[in-house]
Amino acid sequence: MNFKEMVEKKERFVSGHGACAGCPIGIIVRNVLAAIEDDVVVACATGCMEVTTTIYPYTAWKVPWIHSAFENAASTMSGIVAAYEVLKEKGKINRDIRFIAFGGDGGTYDIGLQALSGAWERGHRFLYICYDNEAYMNTGNQRSGATPYGAETTTAPYGRVEAGKMEFRKNLTQIAAAHNIPYVAQASIANLPDLHNKVKKAIASDGPSFINIFSPCVLNWGYAPHKTVEISKLAVETRFWPIYEVENGKYRINYKPAKPLPIEEFLKTQRRFRYMLKEENKWMVEKLQNHINEEWEKLLKLEEISKEG
Amino acid sequence: MKALTGAYAIAEAMRQIEPDVVAAYPITPQTPIVEQFAKFVANGVVRTKMIRVESEHSAMSACIGACAAGARAMTATSSAGLALMWEMLGVASGLRLPIVMAVANRALSAPINIHCDHSDSMGARDHGWIQIYSENAQEAYDNFIMAVKIAEHRDVMLPVMVMQDGFITSHGVQNVTLLEDNIVGDFVGSYEPPYTLLDTKNPVTFGSIQLQDFYFETKRQQEHAMETAKSVIKEVADEFWHVSKRRYGYFERYKLEDAEAVIVTMSSTAGTTKAVIDRMRARGKKVGLLKIRVFRPFPYKEIAAALKDTSYIGVLDRSMSYGAYPPLYTEIRNALYSLTSRPKVQSYVFGLGGREITENEIENVFNELLEGELTESMKYIGCRGEE
Repeated sequence: MNFKEMVEKKERFVSGHGACAGCPIGIIVRNVLAAIEDDVVVACATGCMEVTTTIYPYTAWKVPWIHSAFENAASTMSGIVAAYEVLKEKGKINRDIRFIAFGGDGGTYDIGLQALSGAWERGHRFLYICYDNEAYMNTGNQRSGATPYGAETTTAPYGRVEAGKMEFRKNLTQIAAAHNIPYVAQASIANLPDLHNKVKKAIASDGPSFINIFSPCVLNWGYAPHKTVEISKLAVETRFWPIYEVENGKYRINYKPAKPLPIEEFLKTQRRFRYMLKEENKWMVEKLQNHINEEWEKLLKLEEISKEG
Repeated sequence: MKALTGAYAIAEAMRQIEPDVVAAYPITPQTPIVEQFAKFVANGVVRTKMIRVESEHSAMSACIGACAAGARAMTATSSAGLALMWEMLGVASGLRLPIVMAVANRALSAPINIHCDHSDSMGARDHGWIQIYSENAQEAYDNFIMAVKIAEHRDVMLPVMVMQDGFITSHGVQNVTLLEDNIVGDFVGSYEPPYTLLDTKNPVTFGSIQLQDFYFETKRQQEHAMETAKSVIKEVADEFWHVSKRRYGYFERYKLEDAEAVIVTMSSTAGTTKAVIDRMRARGKKVGLLKIRVFRPFPYKEIAAALKDTSYIGVLDRSMSYGAYPPLYTEIRNALYSLTSRPKVQSYVFGLGGREITENEIENVFNELLEGELTESMKYIGCRGEE
């Protein structure tokens, strides 16, 4: 199945849902499902995706789907996968089914990390996708462990003594890689063929897999709805969101900007960074740029080591 | 007949039921249940997928996922573990998933305490789970087997928790009569839910968001299922009598018919109370016991009928509801309200954190009741600083 055939496949996630104009959730789900040929079962953490797509008595999902709570998409899915395996052994199920859990950054980086780490350690075969919009957007933009340095949120606002989030975000993709699961990746909707390849590799992995997808939020990042893909692209071009994969422990950076853009090019497109761009806060931009450079250097080294091994 | 602990008796029931998925996390005093079951799994005695989760929250979450996928799913817990599951208990019942859970009752923190009281499961009494309490290892075994059939009944589809007293029953060795493996297998049958996540040809959305326009009706249906469960519990007990010759009702009456003073309590303390009753009856004292087995759904009408001719009732609770009367007392008072001539009822709290209750203390309760020394306040048995 090539990319063109994939995007022309019958939709398993349909229109009519209540996601905001410009929200990448629909783009992510449609493209992920299109990349998979087998039957699929989906579990969703509480969050924008769950709330906007399943307002009873409607559903946007044409695949079996479950939401049980916020912090437990991974443990709920552990139970589903165990059920699948045992019922297959007992002859009650006789076809191949693939399993995907979706969670936002709140449900993945923060409240759901324990359940996710447990599932990775136990080795259940399913793909976990984080749609990372860098704060608690479903409840109206509160700071999360994924919120970047300097971004304004309602719980880490700009004030006289604090300037938005004063800490760097945690590197969840590296945390996933540290579990030594077969496949880990970062991806972007600005590069759909790359996302498709990653979903295919993840689904084919005999064990847990994880893809962290950059997911701009029109409403709370503060930009015009038609800029979602453009901003995603800028995140990659500034190396704010490198797209790379860790396949059986081997790192590969899937795209290296020939001329990386300065981080200001990304920051200036969004209202959440507006205070950071003021003259007196220039030091914050520098601090972020230095952090991005250091992280990129580390990633290059990890790729280099992978080539040696 | 076999000499078993209550924990081992549950593990034996689980082996015979052979659930598809067991997801569990260790906690005292539940742990010997899943340790013993893990041996059955490790030795290939059962074809069960065991998920050794990283918390009780994940244990219940995994059971929810497995059950929604069409598997028969079970777990076991105690105390803080049950408290950590709190959020997911309501999801299991709200999604109408017939998960069965063994609870070895243990006090809640703080202060941290590993011994028996009922504050864990009483804290979970309003979560839409059927609750069945067991006096001893035999009852724990029997109740656990019946629980599967009650939970999975098409008109019920609710989760069930089966309680036994932590350490007292879970670690005490008693004689237990086990049923033959094939009898248990036939009794519980196989789990065939109408909708599952693995039926990919008929995709269903589980756990969608319901707002002001639908949530209320869904919750009302849950209450309807609880009402239905009441008759199903009786039907299943009748069927169980046929295979075991052991009879179970919503509650047990012990020398209740002509009793002037009655103790209402549950779990292992009912056994001690029976011994006291025998001793006092030998001296001509008209005393009796009503032992609660089914706490949710609560059999109000039947209890009112059973207690209508008695004069004095002492309700012995092994948990508290701070700032209010304790749970069992509250329900008993409630049940009696429909009577035109109501017995007097005294609340007693006992045994918190595993504090022992002796035969003499129970005899003192009966004596107080027979002398008509009943008050509107709570009395505490065996607690220092109380007169």
